[in-house]
Amino acid sequence: MVEAYGVYILWLRDLKRYVRARSRIIGSLGMPIFFLAFLGMGFRRAQIPSLGDMSYIDFLAPGVVSMVVLFTGTFSGVSIVWDRQFGFLREIMVSPISRTTIALGRTLGGATTAIIQGLLMLFISFVIGFRPDLFGMLYSLVFMVLIAISFTGLGIAISTLMEDIHGFQLVINFFVFPIFFLSGALFPVKEFPEFIRFLTYINPLTFGVDGMRWSLIHYSEFNPLIDFLVIGAFSVFVIIISTILFDRTEVG
Amino acid sequence: MENAENAEMIRVENLTKFFGDFAAVKEVTFEVDRGEIFGVLGPNGAGKTTLIKMLSTLLKPTSGRATVAGYDVVKEPQNVRKNIGIVFQEPTLDVELTARENLDFHGRIYGMDKKKREKRIAEVLELVGLSDKADVLVKKFSGGMQRRLEIARGFMHFPEVLFLDEPTLGLDVQTRRKIWEYIEMLRRDEDVTIILTTHYIEEAENLCDRVAIIDFGKIIALDTVERLREGIGKDSIEIIVEGNEFENLLKSQGLKVVKTTDGLMISASDGEKLIPRLFSLAQNHGIDIQSVSLKKSSLEDVFVLLTGRKIREESQGTHPMMRARRLRR
Repeated sequence: MVEAYGVYILWLRDLKRYVRARSRIIGSLGMPIFFLAFLGMGFRRAQIPSLGDMSYIDFLAPGVVSMVVLFTGTFSGVSIVWDRQFGFLREIMVSPISRTTIALGRTLGGATTAIIQGLLMLFISFVIGFRPDLFGMLYSLVFMVLIAISFTGLGIAISTLMEDIHGFQLVINFFVFPIFFLSGALFPVKEFPEFIRFLTYINPLTFGVDGMRWSLIHYSEFNPLIDFLVIGAFSVFVIIISTILFDRTEVG
Repeated sequence: MENAENAEMIRVENLTKFFGDFAAVKEVTFEVDRGEIFGVLGPNGAGKTTLIKMLSTLLKPTSGRATVAGYDVVKEPQNVRKNIGIVFQEPTLDVELTARENLDFHGRIYGMDKKKREKRIAEVLELVGLSDKADVLVKKFSGGMQRRLEIARGFMHFPEVLFLDEPTLGLDVQTRRKIWEYIEMLRRDEDVTIILTTHYIEEAENLCDRVAIIDFGKIIALDTVERLREGIGKDSIEIIVEGNEFENLLKSQGLKVVKTTDGLMISASDGEKLIPRLFSLAQNHGIDIQSVSLKKSSLEDVFVLLTGRKIREESQGTHPMMRARRLRR
């Protein structure tokens, strides 16, 4: 059972908390800004064969925006563990709204904050010197939404398997970072040796990043329609899995 | 209760919960009527919280059944949740939101419309004395204020049944008394049925109409506070002596005696008259009584008589001087 109003309430709470946590908004953009600024400057003159004469910063910026969406989304999904630790989850779990509604509300709330962060990053990259196709930004929004939903949902699914917040570092270092590095966000996946490239093809973010890049700078390694279908299907899959997993959790 | 109609709000039958091999709650059976304040008293780890979690649909029972406000907790959890309010032992407020926002969120998830919410928020904040703190972030609240806000939130949506899990745990004496007053007021003004768990004797004695005493997951006594006390005699005498000889001697005299960690506890209906008898008995058999104390029997003594242990071992004063002073009440 899903109640649209219940989804809205949970979404609203996430947004209220997001807007209030100004230090987190700025803090979490720090790393990607440095990635974009310093990698962009450092590799300014590097010759990456598959890029041709495209400037590295143009290649990098869509990847870094995707990075922001990936990290923010996963964080807010996993942050359900915090709610569990600090008890607030119980307040929701004993209320009449269904578990499915709770999972969906959190997914949409987390995804929304991830998208806002992504847009902020896109704006900042503009300041740093990135020049995207303005009309393509609309397409990129579609991909951002799909990436955000996918990884917020995945974060929620992971949170149901976690006992407490101590597993958080583990998730970040052994799950989120590999996904990020193996997505072609920093360099074209073509540059990977054959045996690693296989991993990038089973990584849904690869297609999200490729779609972003196609939208913003008209460079892509795959057909953008394939990008859309893969990340779209993945986001639906993740929503189903995360609601099923969440439905089964007992709050001890 | 005066409420003559057969208004049974909670019915629990053989409710059992296993965690692996460990039985946290064992075949518990009881009923609670509308408007009652029902206490579940027992030491830490006795299974009180597990019981509450099953009744509030957070945990699924291993066996047995329970209905709350007429709905089965396993088959109709959604309907149960609509009709109950809960205040957990651990804080469950969103500390990043203000008091008003926490209550507003709560009202929304229980389907209250805006007008109703606003009116009710003002009402419940008034009742727990937090009206002037409505727009302060909860993380700036003291422990006692947070607790009061939690209680306010628990009954905000007009629940039929309110569960309070150790409502005054870790609070100072004044705050505790305040919260007792709020709970009394709530029952009087809102006609809500209240189940509270506690390991504070005074809380159960002061607040509850009926009390279930629970130990190792089992109910070992259940009645009104008065009748539980009367059942063991109105006085209880604690004495400290060497050896087991005296215990056997007293038992042979037909007295209710139990060995506790400190000494012996004897329950009697007329304690003052029993004490001289005890001394002459001891003297006749050459037994040395180290200390004696007499007090009006409490639920603690009921628990001690049934289990040989105290509900809160750590908080008992064991100094003989304290006992002597208690004697001169």
